Amino acid sequence: MSTPLLYALTGAVLWGIGLMGLIGLRHLLRKLLALNLIGSATFLILVGLAQHHNGPDPVPQALVLTGIVVSIAATALGVVLIRRYFHLTGRTELESEVPEAGRDEEGHSG
Amino acid sequence: MVEILLDLLLALALILTAAAALLSQDLFRAIVVFIAFGLLMAVCWVRLQAPDIALAEAAIGAGLTGVLLLDAVSHFRRGRGTDSVVEEERG
Amino acid sequence: MRSPAARIGMLLLALMLTALLGRSVWQLSMLEPASDLPRQLQDKLAASGVEHPVTAVLLNFRSYDTLLEIAVLVIAAMAGISMARTRSLEDPELRTSDTLLRALLRWLVPLMLLLAGYLLWAGADRPGGAFQAGAMLAATGVLMRLTGLPLDFLRPGILLRIGLVLGFALFLLVGLASAIAGDVFLAYPREFVKGLILSIETLLTLSIGMILLALFVAAPVNDASEPEEGEK
Repeated sequence: MSTPLLYALTGAVLWGIGLMGLIGLRHLLRKLLALNLIGSATFLILVGLAQHHNGPDPVPQALVLTGIVVSIAATALGVVLIRRYFHLTGRTELESEVPEAGRDEEGHSG
Repeated sequence: MVEILLDLLLALALILTAAAALLSQDLFRAIVVFIAFGLLMAVCWVRLQAPDIALAEAAIGAGLTGVLLLDAVSHFRRGRGTDSVVEEERG
Repeated sequence: MRSPAARIGMLLLALMLTALLGRSVWQLSMLEPASDLPRQLQDKLAASGVEHPVTAVLLNFRSYDTLLEIAVLVIAAMAGISMARTRSLEDPELRTSDTLLRALLRWLVPLMLLLAGYLLWAGADRPGGAFQAGAMLAATGVLMRLTGLPLDFLRPGILLRIGLVLGFALFLLVGLASAIAGDVFLAYPREFVKGLILSIETLLTLSIGMILLALFVAAPVNDASEPEEGEK
């Protein structure tokens, strides 16, 4: 197994962790973290798979470079929206996901 | 041999920090771990012979994202005490 | 409201999707690639006007992608700024009186600006380029903001708007000019290619830095009252 393939597979695992986080976590900032994780995982898969046979490949690298910048912009916009939401409602979780009393896996501090 | 070991360790560290960032109880801690994840990603890009991405990731993934999220956390913490004030303002 | 059972079901589904993705990656890795992209790139590199392949891809071979990417960034910045209800985007709360921090900044800020300039220049023949330099600029701005140094150019006004779209505008202009001159969209004229790429990159650096900084600065929603709340 080559090094790029190892990282591509790591990316697949990270993608899974991110997806589970995105679904399972309630705090919006945590969801944003999970989304970022999914993004990083996608970049790893993209570059890793492309470089598995060909060696260093500038084309996917350039794509990922723009992808990283877009993802920080998306994260920043997400933070702005979350803050706005918090300012308007005083909540940091989505309305449909406010925890019931008694259900308390993964405490949501912060 | 050493390189494969390094790659395996790095992959393992990536997965562990990712899981830790999402599972951590404390949001502040979660984000600090996420910054560590970003730095590890930068090392990964070096291993993948992509120094351009490594540079961008180190500056953005580890630096800017971290500052942005930490700033937001401190905002929420400060806001927490004034929740009632916010409610009153709206009413 | 979701029940715990539904939650576990969703997580299981996510697990299955992940397994599927892992399997796809594995299967895809078995395939022989149809074309040797790095090699083709290496053959054409001399025509691109820069020596570093990633920069060549970003600003020449796939410049269309980069153009659209900048458009996305500009739109994100606009959305972010429109969320901020502050007249001045400076936060008086953040003003620090820590002399040590200020003294450190005096050294750090010029150094970081220098580094951004270096990264931009290095992009021609080694790792570096507009994106890294832009990120560096944004990081400098964030540092300045967090320590409360005045950032006059970030007032939501004409200066900020021009700064945000500058990179995108020049990029688009070059593309349109080449299209009007009878060539393909975004085909650089051969004799100016280096100068054009450099000037586009310079403005892109500025714009990317300002976009990221504006998005960061827009984040603090101040506690100003919301006059138009009822209208929405």
